[in-house]
Amino acid sequence: MNISILEKLRSLLGVKNVLTEPEDIIPYSFDGTAALRVMPGCVIFVENTSQVSDVLRLASDQNLAVVTRGSGTGLSGGSVPSRDCIVLCTVKMDSILELDKANLTLLTEPGVTTLKIAEAAEAAGLFYPPDPGSMKISTIGGNVAENSGGLRGLKYGVTRNYIMGLELVLPDGEVVWTGNKCVKDVAGYSLKDLFIGSEGTLGIVTKVLLRLIPKPQAKKTMMATFGRMDQAAEAVSLIIASHVIPCTLEFLDRVTIQCVEDYAKIGLPTDCEALLLMETDGHPAVVAEEAAKMEQCCRQCGCVEFKAAANEAESLRLASARRSAFSALARVAPTTILEDVTVPRSQLAVMIRVVQGVAEKYGLKIGTFGHMGDGNLHPTFLTDERNKEEMHRVEEAFKEIFAETLRLGGTITGEHGIGLAKKPYLAAFLGSGQMRVMQELKKALDPKGILNPGKMFD
Amino acid sequence: MHSPKHSASGNLLKNLDYSVVQQCMHCGLCLPTCPTYDVTKMERNSPRGRISLMRAIADGELSPGKAFADEMYFCLGCLACMTACPAGVDYASLFEHARAEAEHSKANHSWTRRLIRKLTIGCLFMDQNRLQLLGSIIRLYQQCGLQRLLRGSGVLNWFPKRMRELESMTPDVEAGFSSDLISPITPAAKPSKYRVAMLTGCAQDLIFSKVNADTVEVLARNGCEVITPAQQHCCGSLHAHNGDLDLARILARRQIDLFPPENFDAIITNAAGCGTHLKNYGNLLADDVHYAGKALLWDSKLKDIHEWLVQIGIVPPRDCNRLVQKVTYHEACHLCHGQKITRQPRAILGCIPGLKLEELAESTWCCGSAGIYNIIQPEMAGQLLDRKMKNISRTDCMIVATANPGCILQIVNGAKSHSMPIRVVHPITLLAEAYRRE
Repeated sequence: MNISILEKLRSLLGVKNVLTEPEDIIPYSFDGTAALRVMPGCVIFVENTSQVSDVLRLASDQNLAVVTRGSGTGLSGGSVPSRDCIVLCTVKMDSILELDKANLTLLTEPGVTTLKIAEAAEAAGLFYPPDPGSMKISTIGGNVAENSGGLRGLKYGVTRNYIMGLELVLPDGEVVWTGNKCVKDVAGYSLKDLFIGSEGTLGIVTKVLLRLIPKPQAKKTMMATFGRMDQAAEAVSLIIASHVIPCTLEFLDRVTIQCVEDYAKIGLPTDCEALLLMETDGHPAVVAEEAAKMEQCCRQCGCVEFKAAANEAESLRLASARRSAFSALARVAPTTILEDVTVPRSQLAVMIRVVQGVAEKYGLKIGTFGHMGDGNLHPTFLTDERNKEEMHRVEEAFKEIFAETLRLGGTITGEHGIGLAKKPYLAAFLGSGQMRVMQELKKALDPKGILNPGKMFD
Repeated sequence: MHSPKHSASGNLLKNLDYSVVQQCMHCGLCLPTCPTYDVTKMERNSPRGRISLMRAIADGELSPGKAFADEMYFCLGCLACMTACPAGVDYASLFEHARAEAEHSKANHSWTRRLIRKLTIGCLFMDQNRLQLLGSIIRLYQQCGLQRLLRGSGVLNWFPKRMRELESMTPDVEAGFSSDLISPITPAAKPSKYRVAMLTGCAQDLIFSKVNADTVEVLARNGCEVITPAQQHCCGSLHAHNGDLDLARILARRQIDLFPPENFDAIITNAAGCGTHLKNYGNLLADDVHYAGKALLWDSKLKDIHEWLVQIGIVPPRDCNRLVQKVTYHEACHLCHGQKITRQPRAILGCIPGLKLEELAESTWCCGSAGIYNIIQPEMAGQLLDRKMKNISRTDCMIVATANPGCILQIVNGAKSHSMPIRVVHPITLLAEAYRRE
């Protein structure tokens, strides 16, 4: 990277906040996505909004690509650098600025981890529900950029549902606020919604105003196993038709159950096709009533086994099958590719069969688990990126799964984003009209194309 | 774990089974558990970042230079990342390879460093007689009053600050070595159920020979006949963790020769740092036609004292002359992360009448001892120690139990510098004391 630009960055941010040595920047050449690596030109740490603004002004002047990064846990390559770009890292902007108990809001810098936010809310008797799998280290800025989901999507929604306002730096360096603490606000376009899930292509989030809700008083965890996936899906439909919205409705398929049992040895029946993990939360009386209804639904659909936790320790034990699903799968092969196709809830059992059929057709090992309540599946490909021939089959399998997803009225990504990984499939999914609007929006806000170039679409 | 292989070309990481490096899916879940990343927020100071550097070397994209060597020695080797890793990456073995690679590259060599390495891991820790001789000299220095005289005289102020700090860290050598306190064969209390071997260690033998004696006493009380040869060797963990796998293999073979595993129901260690390494001889010697099989048997017999006592069903001390004491427990990294032993030490403390265990916040966070890390990386080690002492001071306890000699020394030093009048003790010593009160 050009020496004079590096000098300018050093004078703006301080020497310690600009990294250029190979040993320093190789660790920023990837994120949590499998098999994607590109070397940046430099890595910078920003400590406040005005530094972000200064950097973008410089980048805009000099036509330099800037890729924003939090903790780099994304699963679609959204924060993988473009060649020789500036990686702008927000992890040092890590203060929670305000917790407003009267308005139930929390104002934070973007580099704070999701877990810290959840803990801060809990300490005040409040609740921040989005819980992406990487929440121990993922940053809230990254969650906003990717509109992250989690296990509680069905009942509580996703990151978007908790964003009340954002401070943003636009590509030309201008700092803007969008949104506020008002529950009702219809003044103009809802700009904040445009930036949520924009994957760092439109602006850089420098402050986040979050909505918190009261903490549910009680919770009950249950687990059921089924001989057929259809029975599990039917149980889920029946639960929802009985007007119960559980806060968690997770499933594991046969391959995943087998891997979990091999790894954790928790006594799961390995001859089952499906395992459901369910949780209901809220007022204790409601929780008890809903739990009883859920049990009835599972039994009605012919579950092999049903267990309800009597206390917190038992809850944790029951939940461990779902919690260790990804770990158990990830150990099986050197390369683990976690997918997140999503279909309308009613099509979930069909989609799982599609995935199983594709695995068989292409001779691949795929374990599927995910969020049964919201139709969000995680088919997990267990493969080896060095095996070119197998990786080709993985590509083919993806194509078939995506095509089938669209046919069932689903989406190619429920919570991971487009980034680089899903970019080839976006146009077919969106259609020309939506693609044109998105491209024009990008052009209007970032005419020089300096922010996260090449992500989502060209 | 995979066995390190030397090769003509010398690129140890390149010759390592690539799937070990590749197993890292760079999800980032190790980051929040890494003490160095937590302080610096730089990816290269995280497990994921370090593995990416190792991979770049294995791929031939980066040559191991000084920055790489420095980074590998900035890692504590606490293995907290292995507990957090969903994909089961064998970081312990990657870390040993990477340090061996760093040594091989000679990128951070200087004549002083070479001399110190030669003297310590090449000489002192290869022969327990030499170490005991050094121990005797230090003991003399400490007991004849010279240490007190020097410390009181202000002469030490003429030395550089770092030398003064190191002098103040010199641990007190016990009055007797293990062989002075423990007879080669200790009969079991009736009924005798097991025959076990007791590893007295290297530094442990000099500084904590009483902990060794306590361990033997506790084993005998729990129905174990204990075999404790007077002449023992370093287990080689120091060598393996510091990039000298060849010397580590020599020491591993010596151990196996001294304690043929087929002769014992268990081989007992009470030092967490040694335990993790001792349980890995099978991999270390996987390519050794004569020892590979024996090493695997050895691994299966090797037990941490807490693990063994809980496995055979510990005899709880009788509740007489009860001593009311509040104890908090600091988990040695190589016990909780290296060996996944967390429940057993608590079970042991819990069975002592009158003892109340209060959980320590961040009990699994490294105290900064990390083998010789506190000597080679004093700044980071000091920050971690301050954090540990802060957490300890938030408990009500005047006793901190921990099961690794390095951690005991580190926390004792922390207590000194923070003026905290606490007792730092091995859990097994507390158990032995409870038996003695019966």
